Amino acid sequence: MRLIGQIAVNVFKESVRDKVLYNLVAFAVLMIAVSYLLGQLTAGQDMKIIKDLGLAAIASFGRLIAVFIGIGLVWKEVERRSIYSLLSKPIHRYEFILGKYAGLALTLFVNVVVMTAAFYAVLAYLNTQFPESVRVSWPAPATDPGMLRAIALIFLELLLITAVALFFSTFSSPFLSAALTLGLWVIGHFNDDLRSFETVVESPVAAYFARGLYYVLPNFGAFDIKTQVVYALPVPWLYVVTTTAYACVYIAFLLAGAVAIFSKRDFR
Amino acid sequence: MNAIRTEALTKHYPVGFWRQRPYVALDALTLDVHQGEVFGFLGPNGAGKTTTLKLLMQLTYPTSGRAEILGQPVGDVSVKRRIGYLPENPYFYDYLTAEELLHYFAGLFGYAAADRRRRVAGLLDEMGIGAERRLQLRKFSKGMLQRVGIAQAIINDPEVVFFDEPMSGLDPLGRREIRELILRLRERGCTVFFSSHVLSDAEALCSRVAIVASGRLAATGDLSEILATHARGWELVMAGLDDTVLEAATASGRVERVTPLGGRRYALALPLSVAPDRLVADLVSQGGELVSVNPIHETLEDFYVRQIGAVENDRGLAAV
Repeated sequence: MRLIGQIAVNVFKESVRDKVLYNLVAFAVLMIAVSYLLGQLTAGQDMKIIKDLGLAAIASFGRLIAVFIGIGLVWKEVERRSIYSLLSKPIHRYEFILGKYAGLALTLFVNVVVMTAAFYAVLAYLNTQFPESVRVSWPAPATDPGMLRAIALIFLELLLITAVALFFSTFSSPFLSAALTLGLWVIGHFNDDLRSFETVVESPVAAYFARGLYYVLPNFGAFDIKTQVVYALPVPWLYVVTTTAYACVYIAFLLAGAVAIFSKRDFR
Repeated sequence: MNAIRTEALTKHYPVGFWRQRPYVALDALTLDVHQGEVFGFLGPNGAGKTTTLKLLMQLTYPTSGRAEILGQPVGDVSVKRRIGYLPENPYFYDYLTAEELLHYFAGLFGYAAADRRRRVAGLLDEMGIGAERRLQLRKFSKGMLQRVGIAQAIINDPEVVFFDEPMSGLDPLGRREIRELILRLRERGCTVFFSSHVLSDAEALCSRVAIVASGRLAATGDLSEILATHARGWELVMAGLDDTVLEAATASGRVERVTPLGGRRYALALPLSVAPDRLVADLVSQGGELVSVNPIHETLEDFYVRQIGAVENDRGLAAV
């Protein structure tokens, strides 16, 4: 556990010093500012648009970090041969994989926290800019803490994307890993459609196949509750807990797969 | 107990896309390295040196055979606590400083913070890395990275250290410093296993060497014995010989070269096939006087070239 922590801290340190990361955070903050400007143009709907865009920005920039750093986590170490020195130290290969994952999870956590803080700061400021008569027409207060549930699920989605990217990066090139991760993410958003595929096809084979894919592929759509929180619709805690458990199990399988592949790998 | 032992260690890599065939990177390497010695692992590029080191570090897995370090199978994490490794052309993390990298690696051995600080500062001083220790590694030259690489390899006071081309990228002063460091490690009782194709380094440092070529062990043994037992000819120093006698001896092929030494003394180089006692008897009968007779030993380079050539010939014949 101590070794995993040390590897994770090193990943975090490297990520923080990597200028790309700063750019992404700056971009996210900029996005929130743009959402504010956009809100100025649409009277009455300002707060919902700003909330929607802000949450989308947190998710999108988090995904960019998760995919583009995730696919390079293992590849960069192998390609630049820094892994040779590292694996000659008293660590197991599984500790390397888990440390790398934990490091990126920590980086993402800090990023999500920074973006969330910036998002709430913008909302708090805007709250002061509207008269009471407008504020009462909003479905939820500007700084509604209920949005944290959506952000928590966004963070879980990012952890799952990172695990997918890390899994692919243990055996393929960054380009292929990125393509596979993004492909899986897109398919994962249509996962619910696969479940009800039998209603649109006649072939029972195709229906079974679609049902099989539904159970195997990650259901990324489950993590998106932006609309519910923006419109202050109820999101039961049970839903949050079961989605969290789903993410944890899926991540555990992906990391176990990554460890199994990486443990057998030859570094030529 | 040997520091390192390999038994028929073999590594095949698949090559080709559709119809993969095995490429033999290492072929049944059996080797013993004794504790406390500096062992030179020599061979041309592509001979299998780095593959051997990767197998010993478990960066690749053997196709067959086995390897032990300090009596335990390679890959055992407890062994890794007792060894150090410098890869060929080491590369580290761009955004860490040399100091941070060594702290990170020292932490993996579980050293407490105060001990880490002491070790890191001492090693950086020993490797001649001054104020640069606080620069990010992406700003380091190849030679400086090599020094950092050596420092990380010995951060845990290893009992056995593996250096893959340790002199690579170093200037003459740096090479001398690393030679001195290797000798200091030997004095501390550390076994040093280093791969190189620079023979002068091996000649200056090693007690024993192994030569590999085309993935096969071509020769191994005590360096002083190799050089002592492999004579390539004889040198006679004679006095009082006439030019005509010397010319006749050269013309007959019994003498390869005559070097005047002054005072009518000559050094005569004889091929190994000529028995020096018979030639001496002939020359003495023609008025010469024997001053000395000595075998001319092979240099490590001669031995190396001969061994590599033998393996290449074998491969050529096998291919035919």
